[in-house]
Amino acid sequence: MEFALTRDALDAIALTLALASATTCILLVLATPLAWWLSQTQSQWRAPVGALVTLPLVLPPSVLGFYLLVAMGPHGPLGQVTQALGWGVLSFTFTGLLIGSVIFSLPFAVQPLQHAFEAMGARPMEVAFTLRAAPLDAFFSVALPLARPGLVTAAILSFSHTVGEFGVVLMIGGNIPGSTRVVSTQIYGHVEAMEYAQAHWLAGGMLVFSFGVLLALSLMRQRSARVLP
Amino acid sequence: MSAADRLSIRLKLARKDFALDVDLVLPPHGITVLFGPSGSGKTSLLRCVAGLERPAQGLIRLGHEVWQDDSKGIFRPPWKRNLGYVFQESSLFDHLDVQQNLAYGLQRSATPGSADALARAIALLGIGHLMHRKNAHLSGGERQRVAIARALATQPRLLLLDEPLAALDLARRHEVLPWLEALRGELRLPMLYITHSSEELMRLADHVVVLDTGLVKACGSAQEVLSSVPSPVIVGDEAGVLLLGTVVERDACWHLAKVAFDGGAMWVRDSAMPLGQAVRLRVLARDVSLTLQETQDSSIQNRIHGCIESIAEDSHPSQALVRIRCGTSALVARVTKRALSALNLTQGAAVWAQIKSVAVIG
Repeated sequence: MEFALTRDALDAIALTLALASATTCILLVLATPLAWWLSQTQSQWRAPVGALVTLPLVLPPSVLGFYLLVAMGPHGPLGQVTQALGWGVLSFTFTGLLIGSVIFSLPFAVQPLQHAFEAMGARPMEVAFTLRAAPLDAFFSVALPLARPGLVTAAILSFSHTVGEFGVVLMIGGNIPGSTRVVSTQIYGHVEAMEYAQAHWLAGGMLVFSFGVLLALSLMRQRSARVLP
Repeated sequence: MSAADRLSIRLKLARKDFALDVDLVLPPHGITVLFGPSGSGKTSLLRCVAGLERPAQGLIRLGHEVWQDDSKGIFRPPWKRNLGYVFQESSLFDHLDVQQNLAYGLQRSATPGSADALARAIALLGIGHLMHRKNAHLSGGERQRVAIARALATQPRLLLLDEPLAALDLARRHEVLPWLEALRGELRLPMLYITHSSEELMRLADHVVVLDTGLVKACGSAQEVLSSVPSPVIVGDEAGVLLLGTVVERDACWHLAKVAFDGGAMWVRDSAMPLGQAVRLRVLARDVSLTLQETQDSSIQNRIHGCIESIAEDSHPSQALVRIRCGTSALVARVTKRALSALNLTQGAAVWAQIKSVAVIG
C-alpha cells in the first residue's frame, strides 16, 4: 500500500477544517441572538422563523444546494448583489461554500442554544434586572454564562456537521481541489476513481472523528446534565 | 418620618382568575407584610412595584421618585428603580460564587458607599464565613441570606421580599427569621414582605396589608389589623393579637419579666431580656377569658382592664370573638356565646381580661 495520505488528501483535510472552523464561528455569532429571540419572543413570527431555521434539518441537501446555487449564480438575486459589489459570483468558491455551510448547519447551532435559554427560564434575567443590570449587560453577564453548556454543544455540533456535509458542498462547491474539495467530496472522488485504499483512509478518519465528537458530547452531557438537542 | 418618603402604589391589573385593583400608601420604614391566600395577587403586586410586570394602569411612586405613572406615560424599567428584590426560591447565579454574587449588584449601582453597604449587609446577615463557598455548598437558609445581602448591597430605597422563607423547611425558616428581625431593627428603609405564614406575619409585621382576590381587605398597623374581629386576618386556633411593649422590670427570683405596653403590662417568662428592650407579645384569642370583677384568687396573674369594643361571630356558632380595648392596644378573647349572655356582656361593658398564656416573639 502506498503512503496513506496523499497531498490531495491533506489539502482536503485542511480545507475541511478551515471551512468547519469558519462556519462554527459565524454560526455562533448568528445563532446566539436568533436562539435568544426564539426563546423569549411571543411574536407571531416565532413559529414561522423557528420552522425556517429547522428546515435544513429535513430538506435534502441537494434541494438546499440547488436553491443556493441558483441564488448565488450570475442571474440569482444574491449573485447580482455580489457582482454589483465587485465580488464576482460566489458559486464554486470557498466563500460560497461557507455561506451554504452556515445555512445548512444553522439548526445545529440554534437548537441547543434555544433549549439552554428556555431551560434557564425568565428568573435569572429578572434577578439581574433588579440588581441594576440593563438587558444587554444581563444577557452577557448572566444568560450567556448560564447557557454555556448549550453554547459548547452548539459549537461542537456545528463543527462536526460541517465536516460531515456532502450534498450542499457538491452542489455549490463543485469539487475543485484546494478551493472547494473537502474530505467528504474527496472520498466520493476516490470511490468514483476506484481508489478504494485512499477512500478507506479518509472514510476511516471521518468515522473515528465523528465517533470521538459524539463520545465527547455524551461525556459532557453526563457531567453537566444540561440540555442537548 | 416625612410624608415625602412614602411608597404610593395605585394599580389595576387584569389576571385570568382575579383582577388586581389596589390603592395603597405605605409608611417610609418598617416591614409591611402583604398577607393573603395564594392567588390573591400578592406576587403580582410586588412584581408591578419592581417593574417586572407592567400593569395597564398604574402609579408607583417612592417619595418624589415616580417609577410609573401611566397618566404621564412614565415607566422606569426595573434596572432603573432603586430597589432590592428577594425571590421566593434561591435566585443566586449559579455561575458565580458567593462573593461574585454579592458583587454583581454592587458593581452596577452607581451610588457611593455601596462597598460599605455590602460590608454592613454581610455583618447584618452573618455570612462573612461563606464568601468563598460555591453556591451548591450553601444550605437553603444561607442562600436566602446571601440573596438578601446581595440586594442590600445596591443600597436600595425599598426592599421587596416575596415569601423568602417559603421554600425552606421549618428548621431553616427558624434559622433565617432572627436575621430578618435584625434587618427590621437596623435598616431605615421600607420593606414589602409577602407571606401566608401567620408566624412570619406576627414576628415581622409593623404594618399589614391583607389582600384577597386582588383587593385590599385591610390595611393598617399590625396591632390594629391583627386585632380586628369582624373579619379576623388569622382564623382558627392561631387567631390572636400582637402587642408591642418594653421590658420594664425583671424578677430574678421567679424568672419573670414585666413587659409594659400602652394599656397595661404583663409578666412573661424571662429569657434574659435587658431592661428597655422592645418586645412583641402574641396573645392568642383562645388564651384570653373575661371576668366582670378582678379576681384575686386565680392562678392567672396577667389581668388587663379594658372595655368591650366589638363582638363578632367566630367560625363555630357556639363561639364569639370579643375585642377588648385597653389604651391604644387591643386584646381578642374567644368565649362562648352562652358566657356572653350569662355575664350580660355587650359592647361598651368594662371587663377584666385574664391572659392564661402569652408568647414573646422577638
